[in-house]
Amino acid sequence: MVIRFLAVFSLFISLTLTSTMTRAELVIEVTQGKQSAIPLAVVPFAWAGQNPPPEDVSSIVANDLAGSGYFRLIPAENMISRPTELSQVNYDDWAKLQQDFVVLGRLSVLPTGYAVEFHVLDVHQKVEVFRHRVKGKASQLRDVAHYISDFIFKKLTGIDGVFSTNLIYVTTNRERTLFNLMYADADGARERRIFKSRHPIISPAWSPDGKKVAYVSFENGKSEIFFQTLATGKREKIAAFTGSNSAPAFSPDGTKLAFVRSKLGNPDIWVMDLNSRKLERITKHYAIDTEPQWTIDGQSLIFTSSRAGGPQIYQINLASRKVERLTFEGKYNARARLTADGRKMVYVHQSGQRFHIASQDMKSGRVHILTSETELDESPSVAPNGSMVIYAASEADRSILAAVSVDGEVKFRLPSKYGDVREPAWSPILQ
Amino acid sequence: MQKTALYKALGLTLGAVLMSACSSTGEVNEGAASSEPTAIEEQVAEQGQEAQTQAVESGAVVADKLEAEANAAQTALLEMTVFYFGFDQSSLAEDGKDALKAHAAYLAANPSARVVLEGHADERGTVEYNLALGERRAMAVRRFLMANNAQAGQLQVVSFGEERPAVVGQNDASWAKNRRVEVKYQSR
Repeated sequence: MVIRFLAVFSLFISLTLTSTMTRAELVIEVTQGKQSAIPLAVVPFAWAGQNPPPEDVSSIVANDLAGSGYFRLIPAENMISRPTELSQVNYDDWAKLQQDFVVLGRLSVLPTGYAVEFHVLDVHQKVEVFRHRVKGKASQLRDVAHYISDFIFKKLTGIDGVFSTNLIYVTTNRERTLFNLMYADADGARERRIFKSRHPIISPAWSPDGKKVAYVSFENGKSEIFFQTLATGKREKIAAFTGSNSAPAFSPDGTKLAFVRSKLGNPDIWVMDLNSRKLERITKHYAIDTEPQWTIDGQSLIFTSSRAGGPQIYQINLASRKVERLTFEGKYNARARLTADGRKMVYVHQSGQRFHIASQDMKSGRVHILTSETELDESPSVAPNGSMVIYAASEADRSILAAVSVDGEVKFRLPSKYGDVREPAWSPILQ
Repeated sequence: MQKTALYKALGLTLGAVLMSACSSTGEVNEGAASSEPTAIEEQVAEQGQEAQTQAVESGAVVADKLEAEANAAQTALLEMTVFYFGFDQSSLAEDGKDALKAHAAYLAANPSARVVLEGHADERGTVEYNLALGERRAMAVRRFLMANNAQAGQLQVVSFGEERPAVVGQNDASWAKNRRVEVKYQSR
């Protein structure tokens, strides 16, 4: 029953980010869960040590699952009993509390770190659904907790969990004199600064392998595209051509970069082959063409264009150069991002005087406006499992991050204690 | 010869712009700083004296006076360096054109002068679209300056999109102030 998976972690734990730990972490506040959220209890894990472990694993798991909106968690103080072994479980206690599932487990010390063993029980069937044992170094305990959350989430919902993924985003002070490129866990924890500048930073984008980010920096007085390797902090200037260089997007296979270049003041979409550094111009139109994004098959780009007056979303086939308009509702639709299965796209949609995040079914064209509580929504980025969209929004004159599920049912906010938070980019699922 | 020296001292040349500047003097005074009229009168008085000590050609004195007034109007126009735009628009507003013509004339007369045209957008809409919009606004100013004899090599375009607002605040008045192009002289 015990599955070994430690190799899973070694890669991204060993990232030695050029890190500055800050206390301005983002904390998830769930504002709306699924109607059908599953009642689930995570009993605090047993721990025999004298000092508390470096991370409270069961709390992290509970927060992850609650933050997903798919589960409704019962607080530990409301539990009738707190079993940590299968033999201690009284199913009736959980039936009385109307719970569907119970998670319980134990944390123990190993010579090399820690081990966590946990069980997931079905209250109605009165059976253990599965169990699992996970090991990690002390410094990896938070990763172990996220791994457990991913494991439980996948088993109970059938959807890949994204609790082990990361976010990149930009923070600025109110005066806009300092811009930070930040790296954090998907739940906002372990926030680290990976680049800072007195000049704007926009449009961070992940490489498909999750090892690099591309972003636009104005450090040389205008917009230029840089790559930064996360493990080493090494930066490389990729596009600094005459005019502006912006909106980088890696192709699904990571060999090409779509970006916007305004050679003579007119923004068009170009593709750079990252091996040969050869450039190819994709659009040639007097209107604004920007915000390219690759389709899943790598054969087309979707992009924003003002060729019909206001911004609308289009798709161009890279081989035939055939252009097709995709959005028709409203006069402002921009910055589309596709879900990992390619079935939906989300984008910024103006309805009346407000800007919201909308999703559109790629086949039927049906549009669903996902957000309503937040103002001036922008910069949507889709989680790699296609379940959630993180975006920047405005709240009391400040920019915060918020998230909404692609079906609009789950909503949460990630407010920061300091300054403005903008331009989130959700990482791929790391190997 | 003396006239030429005067123009050089003022750093201005009167070209086709003279006409438009004169015709819109009323507008210019509205937009200019309140201390300007005093400065104008002083300049005029000085020139008058110089002319008087030199010659009895009264016609020359009158011409100098007119030119000096025009120069002052030009100076006031050159102090207008921020130009505003409508939402999702990059076409120039009529009320900024006289000032842009003055900048174009200045650039045409001073080939070593260099400006950066900095385009900006308000915070509504998307970051990258706003970056493009800021650039289009700066390009619209560039085209206008070039149509009025500024040289391409004098004009550098850069967009900051919504990243560098002039005013913080989520209301129409703040947004209107942020949709702008700033003409920034790098060398005179």
